Amino acid sequence: MITTGPTRRDVLSLALSGSAVAIAACLFPSRAWATPADAKAALEKLGPGTPQPGKITINAPEIAENGNTVPIVLDVDSPMTQQSYVKTIMMVADGNPLPGVARFDLSPVNARAHVEFRIRLAQTQNITAVALMSDGSMWTATKNVKVTIGGCGG
Amino acid sequence: MATNVEARLRVPTTAKKGDVIDIKSLISHPMNSGFVKDASGKTIPRDIINTFTCSFNGQQVFAMKLEPAISANPFISFPVKVQESGTFDFQWVDDNGQVYKDSAKITVS
Repeated sequence: MITTGPTRRDVLSLALSGSAVAIAACLFPSRAWATPADAKAALEKLGPGTPQPGKITINAPEIAENGNTVPIVLDVDSPMTQQSYVKTIMMVADGNPLPGVARFDLSPVNARAHVEFRIRLAQTQNITAVALMSDGSMWTATKNVKVTIGGCGG
Repeated sequence: MATNVEARLRVPTTAKKGDVIDIKSLISHPMNSGFVKDASGKTIPRDIINTFTCSFNGQQVFAMKLEPAISANPFISFPVKVQESGTFDFQWVDDNGQVYKDSAKITVS
């Protein structure tokens, strides 16, 4: 049998696995990923009780081309009066090296429970936000964001 | 340590009493997450803005705790209802304890 050099298929698969290794090395040099359980544990710091789905809207791109800057808009359905307002909003991501993303302290002076910011996502994953209301109730929403280039660089 | 850190604000200069204004803030900061290696393979130590606060006439109106998952040059926007003229004071604190401050005045009629 005549052996030839590496086939087109070999070369392609090698290139693919090579880049996969490079991406992995850049993303977790020394530690493992956060897991959905880690993300849930981080959210439990917000307070006792189980958040119910609803009231929060997470506005994020379905597909983020660049994981380094993913624009996020959070809105919570609340009258924001002295009687009823959003005290804290917390966001976690379950596929980054660390689960925490941000935590916001609001008060009735904000008039609307609305924040805009930009986050890093290392890979396709779920982002979850939980809002703690002034009456102690908690509401949650989750959104899946597909990431084509992971946010592993600066 | 972060160098050339510069804050930029977009706050309306005038408003009517009871208006809800949008405040936009941006600070140039690398937000080194502590997970990235430099060209020589050494881990770049973590240095992020970890706290951002905004107060109006001395009273806190917004606070944010930032984690390494926040993008470089953190942009933050939020609404505030204004009832009187005054000054917004903004403060960012990074992992080295460096404090960056900026302020914006608004006239409310």
